[in-house]
Amino acid sequence: MTEIIRLDNITYKYDDEDQRPALQDVSFSINKGEWVAIIGPNGSGKSTLAKTINGLIDPDSGEVKVGGLMLNEKNVWSIREMVGMVFQNPDNQFVGSTVQDDVAFGLENLGIPRDEMIDRVRNALDKVNMLEFAEREPARLSGGQKQRVAIAGIVALRPAIMILDEATSMLDPQGREEVLRTVKEVKEEEHLSVLSITHDIDEAAAATRILVMKDGKMIQEGSPETIFSYGEQLVEMGLDLPFPERLKASLKKQGLSVPDDYLTEEGMVDWLWTSISRM
Amino acid sequence: MMDKLIFGRYIPGDSLIHRLDPRTKLLGAIWFIIIIFLANNWISYVAMVAFVLAAVKLTQINPKFFINGVKPLIWLILFTVVLQILFTSGQTIWFRFGPVVISEEGLLNGVFIFLRFVLIIFMSTILTLTTMPLSLTDAIEFLLRPFAAIKLPVHEIALMLSIALRFVPTLMDETEKIMNAQRARGIDFGEGNIYEQMKAIVPLLIPLFVSSFNRAEELATAMEARGYKGGEGRTKYRQLAWSGRDTAVMVTFALLSVLLFVLRT
Repeated sequence: MTEIIRLDNITYKYDDEDQRPALQDVSFSINKGEWVAIIGPNGSGKSTLAKTINGLIDPDSGEVKVGGLMLNEKNVWSIREMVGMVFQNPDNQFVGSTVQDDVAFGLENLGIPRDEMIDRVRNALDKVNMLEFAEREPARLSGGQKQRVAIAGIVALRPAIMILDEATSMLDPQGREEVLRTVKEVKEEEHLSVLSITHDIDEAAAATRILVMKDGKMIQEGSPETIFSYGEQLVEMGLDLPFPERLKASLKKQGLSVPDDYLTEEGMVDWLWTSISRM
Repeated sequence: MMDKLIFGRYIPGDSLIHRLDPRTKLLGAIWFIIIIFLANNWISYVAMVAFVLAAVKLTQINPKFFINGVKPLIWLILFTVVLQILFTSGQTIWFRFGPVVISEEGLLNGVFIFLRFVLIIFMSTILTLTTMPLSLTDAIEFLLRPFAAIKLPVHEIALMLSIALRFVPTLMDETEKIMNAQRARGIDFGEGNIYEQMKAIVPLLIPLFVSSFNRAEELATAMEARGYKGGEGRTKYRQLAWSGRDTAVMVTFALLSVLLFVLRT
């Protein structure tokens, strides 16, 4: 597998007088086509880390490599072409006055000819199921719809990596599910690598690998199954307990013995019905 | 809050005027405001009124909207008209009471001023009701383009305008939210004397400012992440298209101007 993002020993302080750096000696890499989730409590440096990847933040020391290019002043715009970011607040990242203008914004920046732009805008809107809203103004869209437009804006740019910086945290459950589904579909169709920063358990569960951050340091790394089997400790990591874990905890309180390793919802159902039929 | 603001509101439609190029409408409205000052007798005002009413009819928008556009300014208009009537000296005096003189010329002047105000408001209302704010910014950008030669940052002005317009409804919503939140904590808006009213505005204004700063920062980050590096080397998604209709409207305006010159005394 080819590496698409590699961070080596990144350290960053927002302010020279800060006692504790926002990022301390962080290293990790993401392979092509992977979906990696970064979790951690508030203030653990997750968002700072995301901004380092496309050069919105210039680290004090360490190296960032994206798609084989070293991040420096010369390469920063080519790297930004490869990395698409969706931010938290759907209102504050909507630049255009209508949906189609917003999707076109990134293409305009790249100087794409108008005819091609029209095709790409329509295609991208079609992919996120927002084509019929093309003429709408942002004030008349729901939060989830605005985030889907933000995703379309990135899909139109055809990047290699999509970063979701708590992109679903301000949405209702329905909007959250909508956006996640869209990201999954787009990822499969366009063979993207996804890096999602999240507190949402479902979003973390969708990942192939989870990285856990705390106090600016990377403290854990593993598959969702490994991370979720930490049980109660997950809350400290800034995540909710997955539903099967919560069920196991309640069953334990009732004096029932439960398996120690993490089970998905289906796994839990299997375990439950086999144990009941054995009784 | 939004419903009361007729000014600057756009009403979607598919009339002849709706389909005109925004540049035509903007230039037309500006040109109209200039030439209305040429009108100085009955016959020329009749021509102008007929022209504006025809334009209103062509928009296919309920005339009520136009009347509503005049309403907020009616006191200002009446005030000016009364001043004109009372303080224009003339030959044919109809009524005299101490220093107050009402002459035929004064009355006529008053009526003309009234018509001038109403026609200008009607014309600008036609512009705003039939043109999307966005197209209007495109038109402004186009018309400002010659000034780029004297170092006017045309692209930046256009970008600021379109971002400002896009955030108007968002900020309106937020204003209302903050107002309600502050009301829930016991602040009375619009009550008491002027000093108290001003003081009540502070808990609205400061959070609004602070949140605008945050918004601006987040927006700037998002723009940069999407590859925005200034006006240079950008292409445009929106394009204005000049058609035969637009030329026809321009010709009509030219004819109207000539007519006014002929009718002028």
